[in-house]
Amino acid sequence: MTERDEFDERLKQARQRRGLEKDASDPKAGQDGLPAGALQIGLRAGIEVVSALIAGAGLGWLLDHWLGSFPWLFLVFFVVGGVAGVMNVYRLFSPRRGAGK
Amino acid sequence: MAAEGKTIDALSQFELTHALGPIGAAVNFTQSNAHMLLAVVIITAIMMWGMAPRAIVPGRFQAVAETFYEFVENLVVGQIGHEGKRYFPFVFALFMFVLFGNVLGLFPFAFTYTSHIAVTFGLAFLVFVVITAVALALHGKKFFGYFFPEGAPLWLAPIIVPVEVVSYLSRPISLSVRLFANMVAGHVLLKVFATFVVLLGGLGVVGPFLAVLPLSVNVLLVGFELLVAFLQAYVFAILTSIYLHDAVHLH
Repeated sequence: MTERDEFDERLKQARQRRGLEKDASDPKAGQDGLPAGALQIGLRAGIEVVSALIAGAGLGWLLDHWLGSFPWLFLVFFVVGGVAGVMNVYRLFSPRRGAGK
Repeated sequence: MAAEGKTIDALSQFELTHALGPIGAAVNFTQSNAHMLLAVVIITAIMMWGMAPRAIVPGRFQAVAETFYEFVENLVVGQIGHEGKRYFPFVFALFMFVLFGNVLGLFPFAFTYTSHIAVTFGLAFLVFVVITAVALALHGKKFFGYFFPEGAPLWLAPIIVPVEVVSYLSRPISLSVRLFANMVAGHVLLKVFATFVVLLGGLGVVGPFLAVLPLSVNVLLVGFELLVAFLQAYVFAILTSIYLHDAVHLH
Protein backbone atom coordinates (compact mmCIF):
# COMPACT_ATOMS: atom_id res chain seq x y z
CA MET A 1 0.00 0.00 0.00
CA THR A 2 2.77 2.42 0.97
CA GLU A 3 4.59 1.59 -2.24
CA ARG A 4 1.58 2.58 -4.31
CA ASP A 5 1.05 5.75 -2.29
CA GLU A 6 4.67 6.65 -2.85
CA PHE A 7 4.30 6.02 -6.56
CA ASP A 8 1.14 8.13 -6.70
CA GLU A 9 2.93 10.90 -4.84
CA ARG A 10 5.88 10.80 -7.23
CA LEU A 11 3.57 10.69 -10.24
CA LYS A 12 1.68 13.68 -8.90
CA GLN A 13 4.88 15.63 -8.38
CA ALA A 14 6.08 14.76 -11.85
CA ARG A 15 2.77 15.79 -13.35
CA GLN A 16 2.83 19.02 -11.43
CA ARG A 17 6.30 19.74 -12.72
CA ARG A 18 5.03 19.29 -16.25
CA GLY A 19 1.90 21.29 -15.51
CA LEU A 20 -0.39 18.32 -16.15
CA GLU A 21 -1.98 17.93 -12.73
CA LYS A 22 -5.69 18.50 -12.79
CA ASP A 23 -7.96 18.75 -9.79
CA ALA A 24 -10.81 17.27 -11.82
CA SER A 25 -9.33 13.77 -11.53
CA ASP A 26 -11.16 13.16 -8.29
CA PRO A 27 -10.00 9.91 -6.65
CA LYS A 28 -13.55 9.24 -5.47
CA ALA A 29 -15.01 9.41 -8.98
CA GLY A 30 -16.75 6.30 -10.26
CA GLN A 31 -16.12 4.64 -13.60
CA ASP A 32 -18.21 7.07 -15.60
CA GLY A 33 -16.84 10.06 -13.72
CA LEU A 34 -19.74 10.36 -11.31
CA PRO A 35 -19.07 10.56 -7.59
CA ALA A 36 -19.22 7.12 -6.06
CA GLY A 37 -20.03 7.77 -2.40
CA ALA A 38 -22.56 5.38 -0.89
CA LEU A 39 -25.16 8.08 -0.27
CA GLN A 40 -24.71 9.56 -3.75
CA ILE A 41 -25.13 6.17 -5.43
CA GLY A 42 -28.15 5.35 -3.28
CA LEU A 43 -29.80 8.67 -4.01
CA ARG A 44 -29.09 8.31 -7.70
CA ALA A 45 -30.55 4.80 -7.84
CA GLY A 46 -33.65 5.91 -5.95
CA ILE A 47 -34.22 8.86 -8.27
CA GLU A 48 -33.81 6.58 -11.31
CA VAL A 49 -36.52 4.22 -10.03
CA VAL A 50 -38.92 7.00 -9.05
CA SER A 51 -38.51 8.91 -12.31
CA ALA A 52 -39.03 5.75 -14.38
CA LEU A 53 -42.20 5.05 -12.38
CA ILE A 54 -43.41 8.61 -13.01
CA ALA A 55 -42.63 8.34 -16.72
CA GLY A 56 -44.36 4.96 -17.00
CA ALA A 57 -47.45 5.96 -15.06
CA GLY A 58 -47.65 9.28 -16.90
CA LEU A 59 -47.38 7.63 -20.30
CA GLY A 60 -50.04 5.09 -19.34
CA TRP A 61 -52.36 7.79 -18.04
CA LEU A 62 -51.95 9.83 -21.23
CA LEU A 63 -52.64 6.80 -23.44
CA ASP A 64 -55.69 6.00 -21.32
CA HIS A 65 -57.02 9.51 -21.77
CA TRP A 66 -56.50 9.26 -25.48
CA LEU A 67 -58.05 5.79 -25.90
CA GLY A 68 -60.64 6.10 -23.13
CA SER A 69 -59.69 2.90 -21.31
CA PHE A 70 -58.96 4.48 -17.98
CA PRO A 71 -57.46 2.12 -15.46
CA TRP A 72 -55.98 -0.60 -17.66
CA LEU A 73 -53.14 0.94 -19.64
CA PHE A 74 -52.26 3.01 -16.58
CA LEU A 75 -51.84 -0.19 -14.56
CA VAL A 76 -49.86 -1.93 -17.30
CA PHE A 77 -47.51 1.01 -17.79
CA PHE A 78 -47.08 1.42 -14.05
CA VAL A 79 -45.57 -2.07 -14.01
CA VAL A 80 -43.57 -1.28 -17.16
CA GLY A 81 -42.26 1.83 -15.38
CA GLY A 82 -41.15 -0.30 -12.45
CA VAL A 83 -39.31 -2.66 -14.80
CA ALA A 84 -37.69 0.31 -16.56
CA GLY A 85 -36.62 1.69 -13.18
CA VAL A 86 -34.94 -1.58 -12.23
CA MET A 87 -33.26 -1.60 -15.64
CA ASN A 88 -32.03 1.97 -15.12
CA VAL A 89 -30.45 0.91 -11.84
CA TYR A 90 -28.95 -2.16 -13.49
CA ARG A 91 -27.41 0.06 -16.18
CA LEU A 92 -26.07 2.34 -13.45
CA PHE A 93 -23.88 -0.47 -12.13
CA SER A 94 -23.05 -2.41 -15.27
CA PRO A 95 -20.25 -1.05 -17.46
CA ARG A 96 -21.61 0.98 -20.33
CA ARG A 97 -21.49 -0.63 -23.73
CA GLY A 98 -19.35 1.21 -26.24
CA ALA A 99 -17.83 3.46 -23.61
CA GLY A 100 -14.38 2.90 -25.07
CA LYS A 101 -15.30 4.34 -28.44
CA MET B 1 -39.95 35.71 8.35
CA ALA B 2 -38.35 32.69 10.00
CA ALA B 3 -39.95 32.22 13.41
CA GLU B 4 -43.20 34.10 13.38
CA GLY B 5 -45.59 32.52 15.88
CA LYS B 6 -42.84 30.08 16.90
CA THR B 7 -43.30 27.80 13.93
CA ILE B 8 -40.78 26.57 11.45
CA ASP B 9 -41.58 28.07 8.07
CA ALA B 10 -39.08 26.43 5.76
CA LEU B 11 -40.95 26.64 2.46
CA SER B 12 -41.77 30.34 2.14
CA GLN B 13 -38.25 30.93 0.81
CA PHE B 14 -39.29 29.24 -2.44
CA GLU B 15 -42.27 31.52 -3.07
CA LEU B 16 -42.09 33.74 -6.11
CA THR B 17 -42.54 37.47 -5.73
CA HIS B 18 -42.47 40.23 -8.28
CA ALA B 19 -39.19 42.03 -8.79
CA LEU B 20 -38.58 45.51 -10.22
CA GLY B 21 -41.67 47.02 -8.59
CA PRO B 22 -44.76 47.87 -10.70
CA ILE B 23 -43.03 47.20 -14.01
CA GLY B 24 -42.13 43.68 -12.93
CA ALA B 25 -45.64 43.09 -11.61
CA ALA B 26 -47.13 44.15 -14.95
CA VAL B 27 -45.15 41.57 -16.95
CA ASN B 28 -44.86 38.92 -14.20
CA PHE B 29 -41.11 39.42 -13.85
CA THR B 30 -40.22 37.53 -10.66
CA GLN B 31 -37.14 37.50 -8.48
CA SER B 32 -36.38 34.10 -10.04
CA ASN B 33 -36.10 35.72 -13.48
CA ALA B 34 -34.04 38.50 -11.96
CA HIS B 35 -31.55 35.98 -10.59
CA MET B 36 -31.40 34.17 -13.92
CA LEU B 37 -30.57 37.46 -15.61
CA LEU B 38 -27.97 38.19 -12.93
CA ALA B 39 -26.37 34.76 -13.46
CA VAL B 40 -26.24 35.28 -17.23
CA VAL B 41 -24.71 38.75 -16.77
CA ILE B 42 -22.06 37.41 -14.36
CA ILE B 43 -21.20 34.46 -16.63
CA THR B 44 -20.93 36.74 -19.67
CA ALA B 45 -18.80 39.21 -17.72
CA ILE B 46 -16.42 36.49 -16.51
CA MET B 47 -15.99 35.06 -19.97
CA MET B 48 -15.70 38.39 -21.81
CA TRP B 49 -13.30 40.06 -19.40
CA GLY B 50 -11.47 36.82 -18.81
CA MET B 51 -10.82 36.27 -22.50
CA ALA B 52 -10.06 39.89 -23.33
CA PRO B 53 -6.33 39.97 -22.36
CA ARG B 54 -5.45 36.79 -24.29
CA ALA B 55 -2.21 36.57 -22.32
CA ILE B 56 0.01 33.51 -22.63
CA VAL B 57 0.49 33.55 -18.86
CA PRO B 58 -3.07 34.13 -17.63
CA GLY B 59 -3.91 36.64 -14.96
CA ARG B 60 -6.40 35.82 -12.23
CA PHE B 61 -9.50 36.61 -14.24
CA GLN B 62 -8.29 34.83 -17.34
CA ALA B 63 -7.36 31.83 -15.18
CA VAL B 64 -10.94 31.63 -13.90
CA ALA B 65 -12.35 31.70 -17.42
CA GLU B 66 -9.81 29.14 -18.64
CA THR B 67 -10.48 26.85 -15.67
CA PHE B 68 -14.20 26.77 -16.40
CA TYR B 69 -13.55 26.24 -20.10
CA GLU B 70 -11.02 23.45 -19.66
CA PHE B 71 -13.09 21.73 -16.98
CA VAL B 72 -16.13 21.46 -19.23
CA GLU B 73 -14.05 20.70 -22.33
CA ASN B 74 -12.34 17.77 -20.59
CA LEU B 75 -15.71 16.53 -19.45
CA VAL B 76 -17.30 16.74 -22.90
CA VAL B 77 -14.36 15.30 -24.84
CA GLY B 78 -13.83 12.61 -22.22
CA GLN B 79 -17.43 11.44 -22.41
CA ILE B 80 -18.39 11.93 -26.07
CA GLY B 81 -15.01 11.83 -27.80
CA HIS B 82 -13.58 14.29 -30.29
CA GLU B 83 -16.73 14.55 -32.38
CA GLY B 84 -18.36 15.79 -29.16
CA LYS B 85 -16.63 19.16 -29.43
CA ARG B 86 -19.47 20.60 -31.46
CA TYR B 87 -21.77 20.07 -28.46
CA PHE B 88 -19.39 21.89 -26.14
CA PRO B 89 -21.20 25.28 -26.25
CA PHE B 90 -24.46 23.60 -25.27
CA VAL B 91 -23.01 21.70 -22.30
CA PHE B 92 -20.93 24.70 -21.24
CA ALA B 93 -23.96 27.00 -21.21
CA LEU B 94 -25.99 24.48 -19.21
CA PHE B 95 -23.17 23.88 -16.72
CA MET B 96 -22.52 27.57 -16.09
CA PHE B 97 -26.22 28.42 -15.80
CA VAL B 98 -26.88 25.63 -13.30
CA LEU B 99 -23.66 26.27 -11.37
CA PHE B 100 -24.32 29.98 -10.96
CA GLY B 101 -27.95 29.33 -10.08
CA ASN B 102 -26.86 26.98 -7.30
CA VAL B 103 -24.06 29.18 -5.99
CA LEU B 104 -25.93 32.49 -6.22
CA GLY B 105 -28.72 30.93 -4.18
CA LEU B 106 -26.37 30.45 -1.24
CA PHE B 107 -25.94 34.18 -0.76
CA PRO B 108 -28.14 35.86 1.85
CA PHE B 109 -31.41 37.29 0.45
CA ALA B 110 -30.75 35.56 -2.86
CA PHE B 111 -33.17 33.22 -4.60
CA THR B 112 -32.21 29.80 -5.96
CA TYR B 113 -33.91 29.44 -9.32
CA THR B 114 -32.71 25.82 -9.59
CA SER B 115 -34.95 24.99 -6.60
CA HIS B 116 -38.03 25.13 -8.84
CA ILE B 117 -38.99 21.99 -10.72
CA ALA B 118 -40.34 24.15 -13.54
CA VAL B 119 -36.87 25.58 -14.17
CA THR B 120 -34.94 22.31 -13.84
CA PHE B 121 -37.49 20.39 -15.89
CA GLY B 122 -37.32 23.11 -18.53
CA LEU B 123 -33.55 22.64 -18.75
CA ALA B 124 -33.82 18.84 -18.69
CA PHE B 125 -36.52 18.88 -21.37
CA LEU B 126 -34.24 21.02 -23.54
CA VAL B 127 -31.53 18.37 -23.10
CA PHE B 128 -34.04 15.66 -24.00
CA VAL B 129 -35.12 17.46 -27.18
CA VAL B 130 -31.51 18.09 -28.19
CA ILE B 131 -30.33 14.49 -27.67
CA THR B 132 -33.34 13.13 -29.57
CA ALA B 133 -32.81 15.61 -32.41
CA VAL B 134 -29.10 14.81 -32.57
CA ALA B 135 -29.75 11.07 -32.64
CA LEU B 136 -32.41 11.45 -35.35
CA ALA B 137 -30.23 13.76 -37.43
CA LEU B 138 -27.17 11.50 -37.23
CA HIS B 139 -28.82 8.09 -37.52
CA GLY B 140 -32.24 8.66 -39.06
CA LYS B 141 -34.47 5.62 -38.77
CA LYS B 142 -31.71 3.57 -37.14
CA PHE B 143 -32.36 5.62 -34.00
CA PHE B 144 -35.45 3.51 -33.32
CA GLY B 145 -33.25 0.43 -33.16
CA TYR B 146 -32.06 1.93 -29.90
CA PHE B 147 -35.27 0.74 -28.30
CA PHE B 148 -34.72 -2.87 -29.31
CA PRO B 149 -31.22 -4.26 -28.75
CA GLU B 150 -29.79 -6.44 -31.49
CA GLY B 151 -29.77 -10.16 -30.86
CA ALA B 152 -32.73 -10.22 -28.50
CA PRO B 153 -35.40 -12.79 -29.39
CA LEU B 154 -38.20 -11.20 -31.38
CA TRP B 155 -41.02 -12.50 -29.19
CA LEU B 156 -39.64 -10.38 -26.34
CA ALA B 157 -40.23 -7.17 -28.33
CA PRO B 158 -43.64 -6.38 -26.73
CA ILE B 159 -41.90 -6.32 -23.34
CA ILE B 160 -38.54 -4.79 -24.22
CA VAL B 161 -39.77 -1.94 -26.42
CA PRO B 162 -42.18 -0.33 -23.89
CA VAL B 163 -39.60 -0.74 -21.12
CA GLU B 164 -36.89 0.91 -23.22
CA VAL B 165 -39.24 3.72 -24.29
CA VAL B 166 -40.23 4.42 -20.69
CA SER B 167 -36.59 4.24 -19.62
CA TYR B 168 -35.72 6.78 -22.33
CA LEU B 169 -38.63 9.04 -21.31
CA SER B 170 -37.54 8.90 -17.67
CA ARG B 171 -34.24 10.64 -18.47
CA PRO B 172 -35.45 14.26 -18.32
CA ILE B 173 -37.45 13.46 -15.17
CA SER B 174 -34.52 11.97 -13.28
CA LEU B 175 -32.22 14.74 -14.51
CA SER B 176 -34.56 17.49 -13.30
CA VAL B 177 -35.73 15.82 -10.07
CA ARG B 178 -32.15 15.19 -8.96
CA LEU B 179 -31.11 18.84 -9.22
CA PHE B 180 -34.40 20.17 -7.85
CA ALA B 181 -34.47 17.76 -4.88
CA ASN B 182 -30.88 18.46 -3.91
CA MET B 183 -31.35 22.23 -3.94
CA VAL B 184 -34.69 22.17 -2.08
CA ALA B 185 -33.42 19.73 0.56
CA GLY B 186 -30.32 21.82 1.19
CA HIS B 187 -32.18 25.10 1.55
CA VAL B 188 -34.90 23.57 3.76
CA LEU B 189 -32.21 22.14 6.05
CA LEU B 190 -30.47 25.50 6.27
CA LYS B 191 -33.74 27.24 7.06
CA VAL B 192 -34.79 24.68 9.69
CA PHE B 193 -31.52 24.94 11.59
CA ALA B 194 -31.53 28.74 11.27
CA THR B 195 -35.00 28.72 12.84
CA PHE B 196 -33.69 26.55 15.68
CA VAL B 197 -31.11 29.26 16.37
CA VAL B 198 -33.83 31.87 16.73
CA LEU B 199 -36.18 29.66 18.77
CA LEU B 200 -33.48 28.45 21.16
CA GLY B 201 -31.98 31.91 21.45
CA GLY B 202 -35.21 33.13 23.04
CA LEU B 203 -35.13 30.54 25.86
CA GLY B 204 -34.05 32.84 28.68
CA VAL B 205 -30.57 32.55 30.20
CA VAL B 206 -29.42 29.23 28.74
CA GLY B 207 -30.91 29.99 25.34
CA PRO B 208 -27.99 31.71 23.65
CA PHE B 209 -25.64 28.91 24.74
CA LEU B 210 -27.93 26.23 23.35
CA ALA B 211 -28.39 28.24 20.16
CA VAL B 212 -24.68 27.85 19.40
CA LEU B 213 -25.27 24.19 18.55
CA PRO B 214 -27.63 24.67 15.56
CA LEU B 215 -25.58 27.69 14.53
CA SER B 216 -22.45 25.55 14.23
CA VAL B 217 -24.45 22.95 12.30
CA ASN B 218 -25.50 25.70 9.92
CA VAL B 219 -21.91 26.79 9.37
CA LEU B 220 -21.04 23.23 8.39
CA LEU B 221 -24.16 23.01 6.22
CA VAL B 222 -23.25 26.10 4.22
CA GLY B 223 -19.92 24.50 3.34
CA PHE B 224 -21.68 21.27 2.44
CA GLU B 225 -24.20 23.16 0.31
CA LEU B 226 -21.38 24.81 -1.60
CA LEU B 227 -20.05 21.32 -2.37
CA VAL B 228 -23.53 20.17 -3.42
CA ALA B 229 -23.94 23.25 -5.62
CA PHE B 230 -20.78 22.39 -7.59
CA LEU B 231 -21.47 18.67 -7.57
CA GLN B 232 -25.01 18.98 -8.92
CA ALA B 233 -23.94 21.30 -11.72
CA TYR B 234 -21.19 18.78 -12.55
CA VAL B 235 -23.65 15.86 -12.45
CA PHE B 236 -26.08 17.75 -14.69
CA ALA B 237 -23.33 18.46 -17.22
CA ILE B 238 -21.85 14.95 -17.17
CA LEU B 239 -25.23 13.26 -17.55
CA THR B 240 -25.98 15.55 -20.49
CA SER B 241 -22.66 14.44 -21.99
CA ILE B 242 -23.44 10.76 -21.37
CA TYR B 243 -26.82 11.15 -23.08
CA LEU B 244 -25.13 12.95 -25.97
CA HIS B 245 -22.64 10.09 -26.17
CA ASP B 246 -25.55 7.66 -26.48
CA ALA B 247 -27.14 9.88 -29.14
CA VAL B 248 -23.92 10.11 -31.17
CA HIS B 249 -22.88 6.46 -30.94
CA LEU B 250 -26.26 4.75 -30.36
CA HIS B 251 -24.37 2.12 -28.30
